Amino acid sequence: MSDLESNRSLDQTATNTGNRHLIKRRSLLKTLCALPAGILLATHMSFAVADVNTTGLAVTDKDVTVGILHSLTGTMAISETGAQEAEKLAIKQINEMGGILGRQIKIIQEDGASDWPTFAEKSKKLLVQDKVAAVFGAWTSASRKAVLPVFEKENGLLYYPTFYEGLEQSKNVIYTGQEATQQILDGLNWVAKEKKAKTFYLIGSDYIWPRTSMKIARKHIENVLGGKVVGEEYKPLGNTQFGSVINKIRLKKPDVIYAAVVGGSNVAWFKQLKAAGINSKKQTLLTISVTEDEVLGIGGENLEGFYSIMKYFQSQDNPNNIAFVKAFKEMWGDDSVIGDVTQAAYLGPWLWKAAVEKAGSFDVDKVVAASEEGDIELTTAPEGYVKLHPNHHLWSKARVGKWNKDGQATVVYTSDLLEPDPFPAGYQ
Amino acid sequence: MSFVYEKLMGGKQGMVGLIILSALILVVFPMFLDSFRLNLLGKYLTYAFAAVSLVLIWGYGGTLSLGQGIFFGLGGYAMAMFLKLEASSPENTAIQSTPGIPDFMDWNQITALPWFWEPFSSFSFTIIAILVVPTFFAFLIGSAMFKRRVGGVYFAIITQVISVILTVLIVGQQGFTGGINGITDLRTLNGWDITSDSAKNIFYYVNCVLLIGVIVLSRWVLTSKFGRLLLAIRDKEDRVRFSGYDVANFKIFIFCLAAMISAIGGAMFTLQVGFMSPSFVGIVPSIEMVIFAAVGGRMSLIGAVYGCLLINFGKTVFSESFPELWLFLMGGLFIAVVMFFPNGLAGLWQDYGHYVTDRFTAIKNKILNKSTPSNDSAKKTLPETELS
Repeated sequence: MSDLESNRSLDQTATNTGNRHLIKRRSLLKTLCALPAGILLATHMSFAVADVNTTGLAVTDKDVTVGILHSLTGTMAISETGAQEAEKLAIKQINEMGGILGRQIKIIQEDGASDWPTFAEKSKKLLVQDKVAAVFGAWTSASRKAVLPVFEKENGLLYYPTFYEGLEQSKNVIYTGQEATQQILDGLNWVAKEKKAKTFYLIGSDYIWPRTSMKIARKHIENVLGGKVVGEEYKPLGNTQFGSVINKIRLKKPDVIYAAVVGGSNVAWFKQLKAAGINSKKQTLLTISVTEDEVLGIGGENLEGFYSIMKYFQSQDNPNNIAFVKAFKEMWGDDSVIGDVTQAAYLGPWLWKAAVEKAGSFDVDKVVAASEEGDIELTTAPEGYVKLHPNHHLWSKARVGKWNKDGQATVVYTSDLLEPDPFPAGYQ
Repeated sequence: MSFVYEKLMGGKQGMVGLIILSALILVVFPMFLDSFRLNLLGKYLTYAFAAVSLVLIWGYGGTLSLGQGIFFGLGGYAMAMFLKLEASSPENTAIQSTPGIPDFMDWNQITALPWFWEPFSSFSFTIIAILVVPTFFAFLIGSAMFKRRVGGVYFAIITQVISVILTVLIVGQQGFTGGINGITDLRTLNGWDITSDSAKNIFYYVNCVLLIGVIVLSRWVLTSKFGRLLLAIRDKEDRVRFSGYDVANFKIFIFCLAAMISAIGGAMFTLQVGFMSPSFVGIVPSIEMVIFAAVGGRMSLIGAVYGCLLINFGKTVFSESFPELWLFLMGGLFIAVVMFFPNGLAGLWQDYGHYVTDRFTAIKNKILNKSTPSNDSAKKTLPETELS
């Protein structure tokens, strides 16, 4: 680590200690040696616009502009609201502790309107016209696929919060959610060991994420766990008729139902399961698509005793999370719930801050290069601890939560820190 | 000369309208808009093809089609298939289990290119497919409906249902179509980078020229004997039938023409936006296209273009300035247009446009230094046949 860098890390230390969002550095000694220089830097005099921004981004002496691009209208609005609220909270907190490189973060918000071409249009507007330094946004895979060429063409930087199917690694995207293997493998190991599960029934909505996830799950069940997949079904998005699937499940009597049903379909799926008398007393069900947000719609009583694999649950009992939940509720109201994606979205601005401060620049190329060194970590993440892997995904833990009546989950299992592997060998 | 003037330009008022539109989209907008906004405008102008097609089938044909998205989508998908195949060369897709096929096929466990994708590796085939496939599809629908004298609201519902069926089919057969994500990540056309600014500018002008061409062609169709018959069919179908005309054939023809025009718009859309998705095939876009035509004035080819621009411009501006309120503002805009300009924007032109044409004549006369007062011709024309 160069002297300059250690100075900068000290500078961060100076501004961050009060707020617990401390970026750890290895060479504490070196940092201490550079103390006087660090104090100088803490006044941010040396970060002139010309130095931190060589590519004409929207950065002035006082502020830096970022974009938030989620659906505020349309069918996805209900899911994406939490994500954009978390991003705004993170940005507000960063601003309160002095911003990034001495600059306050300004937000330009755009509405993706649940429409993929609109996402593409708005992302281009943010990058070309507003020259934002980073964009926090997109939710569905389809919207990410739509904006990806724009970010690559205009050399923008996107922080994408949703757990997703993997098979992607763009220079211009930082993925703050889990890729498929992080979410799936450990959960399956857990259920195989804990519930002695041998037979699995896979059911999902019919699009890229469930299909890819199930492909990985099937390979893991058959090749690693030595189990058997007794059924695999996909239902169109928005489907509300699960009668035939439920009958097949009854017939096959799988040890585990492994589900990736998304959106509104979830409500029908769990209600019909309950109506058919399939509940957690008789049947183990593990889902990879239900967070606290979905439970609001499904109703905790329809889900009680079933399991979700996520990396974050609102009920997690650690000081980071308690502070995060409190701040979130203060800003957005007491009845807000926080799901996995909301928490992942919250990490975006913090990871960006860490990378910018490490690079000492807002330039996308430098921020990406700093991110790719693999030593950016957040000890203050609500989920516990995350670290950015050179492949643009996060090291994080998988957790299995058991749903309670009140719509919250009890974490029954936490994995080790899992390495992200967007292109898993042997699972493609 | 008089043929060109009367038939293609639509008389004086029509020609002035066309000149103003051409000047706007070919000169004024490119002069004042940056590359990003111009590209956005190019995208709006691709919807204008669909709006113009609705003027033909709905305004003049009297048959409301709620399925123009079908043809827009078919044209767009045909173009997207070609571009996707080009983007899926074995080198670009080396990490897949089966290199050389589009990425979405790979994750759907498809191991060979489906037969109906094969011909789309040829550009000339693709161009022909963009024009022929939607037209043929329209011919099938049109024959099935019009020959059985299905019309009016039933036709609207059936076209709407077909657009839903097509959406479900595209989303469901994702191994062959890309599903809900659509066909994305299109980068080159015969090796030419279509994401560059210069390419986008070229597409914009191509789009404008095609649009003006389509308007002129449509005008020629509408001012011909065929156009008169079409109006007659709209207003009193039985009388035309009793006069010995096969009404169904006329309707089928105009429906096919409208389909082809929409498809051109779809193909241009794919080129300019860089992807195609099922969200352009379903009910919502199809109805939006009807709104464009209605706001512009459903009897006016040029009005449809302005309607399309106004609505989309409103959408963009409102959603950029008020991301949480913009839908209400759009609703307000629709209500305002319906309340104050029941004939759409073109109604304004019909009521007040002769002031502009008078000025034009005055200027022309001044230049040519002669004084033939001819401002009455515009007023004499019946609104029914006026092609502003």
